[in-house]
Amino acid sequence: MSDAATAPLSSPKPAMAKWLPRLEAVAIPLAALICGLAVFSLFLLTQGKSPIEFYALIYKAGFSTAFSWQNTLSRVAPLLFAGLCVALPARLGLVVIGGEGAIALGGLAAAVLGAGLTGTSPVVGLPVMFAGAALVGGAWIGSVGWLRIRRGVNETIASLLMAYIAIALMNHLVEGPFRDPASLNKPSTAPLADALRVGDMPVGVEVHWGFAFGVLACVISWLLMDRTTLGFAARIAGDNIRAAQVQGLPVGKLVIGFTALGGAFAGLAGFFEVTAIHGSANASLVAGYGYTGILVAFLARHNPLAIIPVAVLLAGFEASSGLIQRRMDLPDATILVMEGIVFVVILLSETLYGRLPIFALRFWEART
Amino acid sequence: MKRNHTLTRRHFLNSVAAFGGAAVASSLLPGGAHAAGDLTVGFIYVGPKDDFGYNQAHAEGAAAVKAMSGVTVIEEENVPETNDVQNTMQSMINFDGAALLFPTSFGYYNPHILELAPKFPDVRFEHCGGLWGTDDPKNAGSYFGYIGMGQYLNGIAAGHATKSKKIGFVAAKPIPQVLNNINSFLLGARAVDPSITCQVIFTGEWSLAVKEAEATNALADQGCDVITCHVDGPKVVAETAAARGAYICGYHADQSPLAPEMYLTGAEWNWAGVYTDMVTKFMAGEPIDNFVRGGLADGFIKMSPLGPAVSDTARNQFEATKAEIMKGGFAAIKGPLKDNKGNVIASEGEAFVESDVSLESMGYLVEGVIGSTS
Amino acid sequence: MTDIGLWGVPLAILGGAIRVSTPFLFVSLGECLTERSGRINLGLEGTLVFGAMTGYAVAYQSGSPWLGVLAAALAGALFGLFHGWICKFRGVNDIAIGIAMMLLGMGLAFYFGKPYIQLVAPDLPAIPLGWWSSVPQIQAALQVNALFIIGGLLALALHWMFRATRIGLTIRVVGDSTDAARAIGLNPDTVRLLATAAGGALAGIGGAYLSLYYPGSWNEGISSGQGLMAVALVIFARWNPINCFWAALLFGGAGALGPALQSVGVTQGYYLFFAAPYVLTLALLILTSSPDKALHGAPGELSITK
Repeated sequence: MSDAATAPLSSPKPAMAKWLPRLEAVAIPLAALICGLAVFSLFLLTQGKSPIEFYALIYKAGFSTAFSWQNTLSRVAPLLFAGLCVALPARLGLVVIGGEGAIALGGLAAAVLGAGLTGTSPVVGLPVMFAGAALVGGAWIGSVGWLRIRRGVNETIASLLMAYIAIALMNHLVEGPFRDPASLNKPSTAPLADALRVGDMPVGVEVHWGFAFGVLACVISWLLMDRTTLGFAARIAGDNIRAAQVQGLPVGKLVIGFTALGGAFAGLAGFFEVTAIHGSANASLVAGYGYTGILVAFLARHNPLAIIPVAVLLAGFEASSGLIQRRMDLPDATILVMEGIVFVVILLSETLYGRLPIFALRFWEART
Repeated sequence: MKRNHTLTRRHFLNSVAAFGGAAVASSLLPGGAHAAGDLTVGFIYVGPKDDFGYNQAHAEGAAAVKAMSGVTVIEEENVPETNDVQNTMQSMINFDGAALLFPTSFGYYNPHILELAPKFPDVRFEHCGGLWGTDDPKNAGSYFGYIGMGQYLNGIAAGHATKSKKIGFVAAKPIPQVLNNINSFLLGARAVDPSITCQVIFTGEWSLAVKEAEATNALADQGCDVITCHVDGPKVVAETAAARGAYICGYHADQSPLAPEMYLTGAEWNWAGVYTDMVTKFMAGEPIDNFVRGGLADGFIKMSPLGPAVSDTARNQFEATKAEIMKGGFAAIKGPLKDNKGNVIASEGEAFVESDVSLESMGYLVEGVIGSTS
Repeated sequence: MTDIGLWGVPLAILGGAIRVSTPFLFVSLGECLTERSGRINLGLEGTLVFGAMTGYAVAYQSGSPWLGVLAAALAGALFGLFHGWICKFRGVNDIAIGIAMMLLGMGLAFYFGKPYIQLVAPDLPAIPLGWWSSVPQIQAALQVNALFIIGGLLALALHWMFRATRIGLTIRVVGDSTDAARAIGLNPDTVRLLATAAGGALAGIGGAYLSLYYPGSWNEGISSGQGLMAVALVIFARWNPINCFWAALLFGGAGALGPALQSVGVTQGYYLFFAAPYVLTLALLILTSSPDKALHGAPGELSITK
């Protein structure tokens, strides 16, 4: 009587059970991306343009030389933060698309605080501005979460309305009470002292510290979401709110907390835009990063770590739009078309998860 | 201390002749010469090139440069006033070898051009906006035109055309350039009839079609029968005004194709001469002045041809005033003048010519303008 | 022109309500139809913009603005069909698809619309309902476009359809419970597909109104979020087409408030007045929502209210 008779029928390497789903999570989006680009290539062909030339230009302008990388990476920071603003609430089952408003108000808060702190050492000033931006952004989006919990207001629409209101508010404050009288032709808040500006990282290419902080924020978010009990509770609430409530999880606090965290990150995007790029708050703060962030989050399937490469990819696309405009005589809307097609295909690919036999354990079990 | 250099008329006419000659010569060449050794000039627009407005005026100037031989022009539109423009400029320099750049939107200068210029000392950055100061990089420069005089002439045409004695102005934001235009428009109309008033509505954005249409309708509702504007793309204002039966005075570029019967005249930029002159100088290695300004007399701005609704009396006054402006020394803002809150702006005998620096920080609306800056 | 002083404000609000509300009306009616069948389409903003471009281009090429409207409706229907088809697949998030379609619709509209920015297309005619008045401003305020009237009639028709016809019942059942619908032999996917297509067609017409009547011009800034706002309008209209009509009017009037107030001298804080429609929508949304019971009238299968 050997043990073989009672041994399990097959031994799927336990390793396989672990990395099959991970492979699926990478292979499907990658395949979808390629598929989407293929569809877009067809579009280009109908317009009489060469897809090869198009992608070659993306590579050239986005990823080939040191300057290209600088161009790309310098666009990544706000996308990282804005992506988190969508991804974190999404893990709780909420679709929040109003990050643009939090960026605007967060940037304004940083600029106003900074203007008031002229002469202070950056050791004191910058953290205050940082905190201010995070608080304002967090409060703005957090209130969307609060409205959802307390009043049952749909968060997608509420966050969008709040974004419009935030931008109007920012414009009003920048042109009114907080206006720098010297900023005649372009109403702005008072310019920040040099000491209170954020500079470039000492890495050879000119990319400001917002990039590093953005990456850090993504890592922290991933740890929080995927490695702590709090994150676990949040994800349960995201999957099934009733079940979570039945379990006694503090769903309300989780919702408000994570929307506020997402909003705080968006506020930080504004902080870096003001301190590293503009030096003051003005209408240029409203640059659409919040909306691109939606794309980043969905493409990364709301995984904070995946947001990093996705943001770099999208930044590369946007970095190349200028060269494409000039060399191929295509309007800048072309990149928008490409992003739309890729987005649709990637979302469509969601239906494949768990349905492809090649990623199912049983498939391999039967074969061994 | 700024040195104020204006292109003299002779200088301008010389360059037009040169450009004309070059245009003839280049039309004999096949296609667009892309020979090595060509100067690459880059134009950057904040909006679309065909907006019937600000950007189109620049694009028309760029088109004149395209016609020059030995020059390759690259353009990029819809570049926002963020880091994007720094990336665009660097891209043009690195990938296309541009040596002369014309970033045409106001917000491109600070901080973007200021940060980039020191990094590329061999590249010349010519900014439209008049912000260059002596502490700024020497390879940067600004240029701008005194278009206020154009609005003054608009006002004269409006003053004759209006029957309700109310004229209207759709404005984006209450910044000095815009305020100067509003004031000049009213003062021109008052040179015809001192009882005319001008209503102004601010949309808050440089380009927002629905707001511009609403503002135009609100002005028409209040009885304004001649309307002008200062927004990036006057197309919507022009079409809506014409639909309400109001006359139009154009701005930035010529909007008469949109409503030929209702178009009186317009204040347009005339960048073609300015650009070809600068490019010629650059190619010849001559220095371009860092701070360039000019008005009607210097060919920096021009007026659209007078429309069919302009009466003969209006035409005479228009031409006479225009001739006076061309002579130089004309001032629209002159005493005795008060603002619409009652403060004195200029006392008897005081006058501010178009190039007066104090006009750059204008924060008032003159008496007769209905509206407020805040 | 007669000087009407302060009357300018309510008159402008009335005129604005009529002028500005029409795109909101069409998009919200379309979204109402779609949502009643249990699907949410956030991509209507893209459909609206694409409809505006298509309408303008076809009107220019053919010389007839009404042909442009028809083309816009067809284009909108196509977008709706596409959206509906994609959302059929299990696991696809319809809110996210909506956002993707918004991007795609806008991108395609701007891409193909570039050559048309400079051109002038014929406008849709207006019906002067103010002929009885000698005051030009009243006449102007009551210049009503046929589409507004069509929209109003459509609201009535949809309301009646939902209450009293088989089609209406079909849509409602599918929207309330997929299982119940299947049990009585309906195919929920097909119903939703057609409802979304019809919704898209209406949104396309709304877009054509923008480019062919008011503001009556095609350029890239033509929409300021009307498509997205309309989705909000549907919610606080409680999925009732007649309420959509009033909500659209309210929104249009609020949008006209800012410039109208400036024209009579209220000039402080004009940005805040421009935010009025959004604040109004948000306030109404908050007042009429409740965390405990499902929103009254919400279709049971609608993902955002579950």
